[in-house]
Amino acid sequence: MLTRRATFRAGIAALALAVTPAAFAPAALAQDGAPIKVGEINSYTRMAAFTEPYKKGWELALEEINAAGGIKGRPIEVLSRDDGGDPATAIRIADELVNRENVSLIFGTFLSNIGLAVSDFANQSQTLFIASEPLTDELIWASGNRYTYRLRPGTHMQAAMLAEQAAKTDAMTWAVIAPNYAYGTDAVEAFKRELTKLKPDVKFVEEQWPPLFNIDAGSTVRALEQSKPDGIFNVTFGGDLAKFVREGSLRGLFDDRVVVSLLSGEPEYLEPLGAEAPEGWIVTGYPGMDVDTPEHTPFAEAYQAKWGEAPKTGSIVGYNSMMTIKALLEKAPNLETETLLTTMEGLRVTAPTGDFLFRPVDNQATMGAWVGKTGIVDGAPVMVDWHYADGEDYLPSEADALKLRPENQ
Amino acid sequence: MMGFYFAQLLTGLANASSLFLIASGLSIIFGVTRVVNFAHGSLYMLGAYIAYSLVTTLPGVFGFWTGVILAAVATAFIGAAIEILILRRIYHSPELFQLVATFGVVLIVQDAALAIWGSEDLLGPRAPLLDRAVRIFGEPIPEYDLALIVIGPVVLGLIWLLFQRTRWGILVRAATQDREMVGALGVNQHVLFTSTFMVGSFLAGLGGALQVPRESVNLLMDLNIIGQAFVVVVIGGMGSVTGAFVAAVIISVANAFGVLVWPQISLILPFLVMAVVLIVRPYGLFGTPASAHGASVPEAPLRAMPPAGIAVAAIVAVGAALLPLADDGFLLVLGIDLLVAMLFAASLHLLMGVGGMVSFGHAAYFGLGAYAAALAVKSLGLPMLPAMLLGPVAAAFGAMVFGWFCVRLSGVYLAMLTLAAAQILWGITFQWQSVTGGDDGILGVWPARWASDRAVYFYIALALCGAGLLIIRRIAHSPFGYVLRGGRDSALRAEAIGIDLKAHQWLGFILAGALAGVAGSVFVFSKGSVFPDTLAIGHSVDGLIMVLLGGVQSLLGPLFGAAAFVLIEDWVMRLDHWRAIFGVIILAIVLLAPDGIAGGVGRLLTLLRLRRPA
Repeated sequence: MLTRRATFRAGIAALALAVTPAAFAPAALAQDGAPIKVGEINSYTRMAAFTEPYKKGWELALEEINAAGGIKGRPIEVLSRDDGGDPATAIRIADELVNRENVSLIFGTFLSNIGLAVSDFANQSQTLFIASEPLTDELIWASGNRYTYRLRPGTHMQAAMLAEQAAKTDAMTWAVIAPNYAYGTDAVEAFKRELTKLKPDVKFVEEQWPPLFNIDAGSTVRALEQSKPDGIFNVTFGGDLAKFVREGSLRGLFDDRVVVSLLSGEPEYLEPLGAEAPEGWIVTGYPGMDVDTPEHTPFAEAYQAKWGEAPKTGSIVGYNSMMTIKALLEKAPNLETETLLTTMEGLRVTAPTGDFLFRPVDNQATMGAWVGKTGIVDGAPVMVDWHYADGEDYLPSEADALKLRPENQ
Repeated sequence: MMGFYFAQLLTGLANASSLFLIASGLSIIFGVTRVVNFAHGSLYMLGAYIAYSLVTTLPGVFGFWTGVILAAVATAFIGAAIEILILRRIYHSPELFQLVATFGVVLIVQDAALAIWGSEDLLGPRAPLLDRAVRIFGEPIPEYDLALIVIGPVVLGLIWLLFQRTRWGILVRAATQDREMVGALGVNQHVLFTSTFMVGSFLAGLGGALQVPRESVNLLMDLNIIGQAFVVVVIGGMGSVTGAFVAAVIISVANAFGVLVWPQISLILPFLVMAVVLIVRPYGLFGTPASAHGASVPEAPLRAMPPAGIAVAAIVAVGAALLPLADDGFLLVLGIDLLVAMLFAASLHLLMGVGGMVSFGHAAYFGLGAYAAALAVKSLGLPMLPAMLLGPVAAAFGAMVFGWFCVRLSGVYLAMLTLAAAQILWGITFQWQSVTGGDDGILGVWPARWASDRAVYFYIALALCGAGLLIIRRIAHSPFGYVLRGGRDSALRAEAIGIDLKAHQWLGFILAGALAGVAGSVFVFSKGSVFPDTLAIGHSVDGLIMVLLGGVQSLLGPLFGAAAFVLIEDWVMRLDHWRAIFGVIILAIVLLAPDGIAGGVGRLLTLLRLRRPA
């Protein structure tokens, strides 16, 4: 047994050496100049289309930070791992990063359930976790905890941005279509609530809940058509969205109707539709290279130079994640978790999207999103008539947010 | 209004055609080779990707249809390569072992598709000349849907001609009924099997290629279709092409009207239909009893562990107990995962290895245990230990309800009913948001304060899982275990000597479920949260792979299999392209040890003269 265990441990050690050579080499050096280790987890294989741009984003930021001398003379080292899309695996990896690799904090995750699993682990193991991409508002409200901060504008914020635009149209009867899981139901609930607040006499006449990535688009489109709504609120995405758009436009579902669609302006969702992308849908998203603010342009150009493609939503979320870590580590006097947590409260981050801060009351960043319409320019789908919606304006007030949080957090 | 329902019917029929194409290929392959081909979804995805590449290069109407056909042909050759290089070498392995190899292929194809076509969804062109909608009774119907409605029955007709009017078809039908007999009559089985696999792959590729004008081609297509394809095959009757067609129509039309009445139902509708059909007609609509099993060869009896084996087991147990001394912050985490996986795999092995009841949905009982324990803490406010007790109780109860239906079937049909049961439970946890949290799961289920130290929880896991493993060993060697094994090897003889086999199998099902529930409740406190993934098909398949990879004919098999699976996965996920590497490792094990790791170890010991040959 001894030999078996010894070989096993040697194997693991050899592996760790092979995978993260930098983790071991500088350990011999003095603390000065030794890298600051940061853990990162995401669904790189399961959700490749969304996590690839995200990874490119944080890698660009990391390169820039370390080229400029790192944080107080210490480079940042990211230990990045794939969770394969499974929450249990994500927790195992988080455990390894925190308890064996002794990282100072964890960031990342895309899928909501994995974000929640890691957030719960962070709470238990008293480690700071910056949830980059998950949209579920459970993370910051009902299941929020003091160790978890969330960067991207969540379901409620994005739905509120769209409800504001939807209220300006004269559509009175609405049909909704959303994937049949927590994200879909939360988004529909938020949209209904916000739109009814702005326009109390709207009516919701039809709901369709196709299974995620298995939509029977033809039948669903016809069920929506049957209810003859003035407006349609769509939450489907990815492959489902493509099918829905194809079947819907063939059957004339979108003719003379207001369509409001969550996230569909993000290049990850819009670009695959190509010339078939619907025009005039009201969406949240990211106009990419078209954003020409002084903060954004250098980022977009550097991104294009490094990766040979325009940045996507994931890119900017990844980049902003790393900028958050930079701001945090520069400001924090040491790497103790308690110090990091105090520093995170109200932390102001300079980023391509413009400055944002992390609200102390619910740990949500005030980073916003772009709201506009879909259009086709030169045969390629883009966002038109867009504006940047600052996240702060779409969050509940601090007093209301406090009521949403569990006690003693 | 009439027009509306007619249009909805046409939409359902168009979907039925696409579903039929992929399911018919799966059914033909199973009928002849008895391979439960998980890679069929991968072939479908490859067909779609290849067709995308071709139709975006070749111009016009001619180019489109040529591209579709060429894509199907290319997929057929990929299928042939899989059959010749891998499956052909393992046809003599225990029943279902080939499934492990196809699982390896799935992993490799996923990484290959990502490397070749990139991660972004690809939206191909619409079919030329069929890119608009026509009005029927005033309702717009896409022309391409009408084309599909024609293509489905045409393909069915061609397959019928091929089966009824050619010598090859006669041989295939004969092999579907009794492949040993066909072999004994001097038919070249190699050629027959390879050509069957090619025809099946061709149909999968055709199904994928014909989807290009309807949806974007993406990397999730393989796993999204495979569940439904199996459902259609089973409802129709394994090996029956006509059955697959009828089943595809039933499922698709039911769904087209189902979404009008109860939109949430599409999540579990196919599985509900399958469960009902299997309960009423145990071999599917067009299946026969012969289609349930391959030839069953009685297994060698279990042997008592020799003294040397007991010594090794004792040393392993002591070594495991000393593991906390060597902890580096992560070793114990891995240790707990390993124990959970071992008990989960061993409980599944009790069901399929000892009891001869293959389950494709064993994760349901693991998940029930995990959810029950989590809910006991969160809703009832129970402390950790009573909550952990509630896990297996709930799992046993679930197994009691579903097992009662399942043990009435046998072979692959039993396996598919367990899958349907698991999917229905999964659908409930997924949708019953107010109780289970839906996809957001249940959080904050951590060990009690006294057990919050990792080492303490490791000992709890070691004690519970170790006890579970010992109980399983005891059951296998008890008179009750003899009855199960006897029933597995010959149900007829067991019944003839007066044994109520169904009752014993039902009890075995409940025991296996309860033990999986123990694993589930140990699992939930080690992770702190539980999500519907624990009950999903993927997790059931993981268990199945562990058992088969380890060797289904040995009690130690699932332990080897679980250890190999967990340790290799933990290691390989650190690498780029880990899915391809994992797939290659699995294929290597499969080819080197066609009777599983336990069988391979046994042969190695015999070779080293440490054990007398069996």
